[in-house]
Amino acid sequence: MNIIPIEYYLVLSAFMFAVGITGVLIRKNAIVVFMCIELMLNSANLALVTFSSYLGNAAGQVFVFFVMTVAAAESAVGLAIIIAIFRNKLTVNIDEINIFKW
Amino acid sequence: MIDYIYLTVLLPLIGFLINGIFGHKIKNEKIIGIIGSSTVGVSFLVALASFFQMLSLPVDQRKHVVELFSWLSAGGLNIKFAYLVDQLSIVMALIVTGVGFLIHVYSIGYMHADKSFWRFFAYLNLFIFAMMNLILGDNFVVLFLGWEGVGLCSYLLIGFWYDRKFEKGTTSQAAKKAFVVNRIGDFGFLLGMFLIYLTFDSLNFQEVFSKAELFPISGTVYGFIALFLFIGATGKSAQIPLFVWLPDAMAGPTPVSALIHAATMVTAGVYMVARCSIIFASAPAIMTVIAIVGLLTAFFAATVGLVQNDIKKVLAYSTVSQLGYMFLAMGVGAFSAGIFHVMTHAFFKALLFLGAGSIIHAMHDQQDIQHYGGLKKYMPKTYITFVIAALAISGFPGLSGFFSKDEILWNAYAHGSVLLWAVGILTALMTAFYMFRLLFLTFFGKERFSHDLHPHESPAVMTVPLIILAVLSVVGGYIGLPAVFSGENGNLFESWLSPIFSSAERRLEVYGSHGHFEEILLMMISVAAALGSIYLAYYIYTKKPEIASKTSRKFSKLYRLLLNKYYVDEVYEATIVQPLQKGSEKILWKIADNKIIDGTVNGAASLIDKTAALIRRFQTGFTQFYAFIMMVGIAIALFWIILSF
Repeated sequence: MNIIPIEYYLVLSAFMFAVGITGVLIRKNAIVVFMCIELMLNSANLALVTFSSYLGNAAGQVFVFFVMTVAAAESAVGLAIIIAIFRNKLTVNIDEINIFKW
Repeated sequence: MIDYIYLTVLLPLIGFLINGIFGHKIKNEKIIGIIGSSTVGVSFLVALASFFQMLSLPVDQRKHVVELFSWLSAGGLNIKFAYLVDQLSIVMALIVTGVGFLIHVYSIGYMHADKSFWRFFAYLNLFIFAMMNLILGDNFVVLFLGWEGVGLCSYLLIGFWYDRKFEKGTTSQAAKKAFVVNRIGDFGFLLGMFLIYLTFDSLNFQEVFSKAELFPISGTVYGFIALFLFIGATGKSAQIPLFVWLPDAMAGPTPVSALIHAATMVTAGVYMVARCSIIFASAPAIMTVIAIVGLLTAFFAATVGLVQNDIKKVLAYSTVSQLGYMFLAMGVGAFSAGIFHVMTHAFFKALLFLGAGSIIHAMHDQQDIQHYGGLKKYMPKTYITFVIAALAISGFPGLSGFFSKDEILWNAYAHGSVLLWAVGILTALMTAFYMFRLLFLTFFGKERFSHDLHPHESPAVMTVPLIILAVLSVVGGYIGLPAVFSGENGNLFESWLSPIFSSAERRLEVYGSHGHFEEILLMMISVAAALGSIYLAYYIYTKKPEIASKTSRKFSKLYRLLLNKYYVDEVYEATIVQPLQKGSEKILWKIADNKIIDGTVNGAASLIDKTAALIRRFQTGFTQFYAFIMMVGIAIALFWIILSF
């Protein structure tokens, strides 16, 4: 069985990151933006695992666990904030959430 | 006792603190008065004991320095808080504490039932404290401490009755005037001190004077030092051009006029010139200036005194005039004669002021001599002492003023010129005239006051100091009996002070070169002049009062000029005060303060405000815009890192 070359993984990772970043910059729904952030984190995870396997070093995989833990905590907090905002403003459109503007 | 000389300074300070802090709680006038007077009285005893101890020592051991503590120490500058006790300072200390004590006692009677009795005694004690620092200080800095201190006390006491009217303004305006004019003089004194430190690298009297004696530095340096110090003296001792504050200082209570504005503080300038005699002796040009300024002051003040109607105003101008005599003495190098006149003047002028106070007291604050008259029978003690003082100041033979004034006039003739002597005699003539005009208008003639006033003699607490001062005015002159009369012993007062002034006199090369015959002749002329003008005053003001009004009508322009004091106040007002006030308002306030200073502060604030308004536009409030900026930033940073490899 042929081993899939490393470039494939990295290209996929870069593609996922680009999709994530584009989503964060252009989408207006807070939840979608949030999902895009998760996508960026996972693309980073993919790159870490790839290099870990390629270099035979377990450190990258350990790091991924940390990232996943932080991402889980972050999504809990983030979703709570979005719900709180929705309760106040009845919208999750981030263009309308600009109460800190001058 | 000399080692305890600091007690003469410390005790009045303690008296000031007790009366100043607890006075309003004590309330009992007797206790306050006793605290205030006894502290000064004990100071006088300490000074007297020190004087007798000094008298028992040989001449070359009479100078003592009592070091208390190191005061200032910065770099090469090291100022010790030390007192110098020598022949000059002990004489001054005796005058200040002695006359001061009598005036304190007198004030117990004069200030009776004043609402701020305790405050008055606190200020008087503070004044004695400052004055003793001025006299006893061993360096220019301690002297300056006292110098400023007496100025402050003068201000506080002139404005003591701050809620009363005085002439066209209030007493606090008079106080402010005294303070500001004094400050102008003090500025000159400060400059002199700086120049002394720059030249001699020290501010200690002994070091400065011994250096000045040994190294004749260029005459201009001495000239400038002497000039600046003399400017300081003109402010404190009310000489032309800074004499304008002293007549207004009469706004204060009369004992203050006696103590501060006649007997002690105003002689501080004379004392300072005498103390620095070697510096002044090294600047002959300035000596001439001092002599001329002194003589002019004496002359012009006497002319103004001729026509004034306020009893205290006459005495004030008389003080200015007598101070002029003292400076004339300084200017011709007769330092001990000047100090001698300081002493006799302290006796008879304090007596005159206290007598005036007694009269004002009896006449219920009426100060216009046109509303007096015939007071002789109501106030016999005041009358007799007043006559003695008036005779003393006029130079009646045998009284103290005769010896000191003739000493000065003789020196002006012997070491100055005939012109100085002639103007001096003319001034003496006017002095006798205005003093006896005052005397005759007050005690003789018709009673020109309403009879519900009921004038009465003052209580013993006031008349006893008068009597003591009268005795001193009579006998005070005999310690300075001129060599003509005392024979081989020479002038006692002069030989007592001679160690202080010997170096200055050597530099000036003043030696008696005229004969005794001349001295006696000049004396007889001045006695004749004094007696003549006393008789003239007697004739005009008791026999033919209409002569006075006729003369004043005939020379109405001159009379107006004198009555308005040569319009000096008005001229100063127009040329100095108004331009300063206008300039302060138009330039310093409206432009410098409002536009430049406020403009800078407000401008800085509005600059930040405007910049912030510009930068604020980046805060759009769109989260994605911030994210975009962040991403661009990271991208640039990454490119930077990659490219730099």
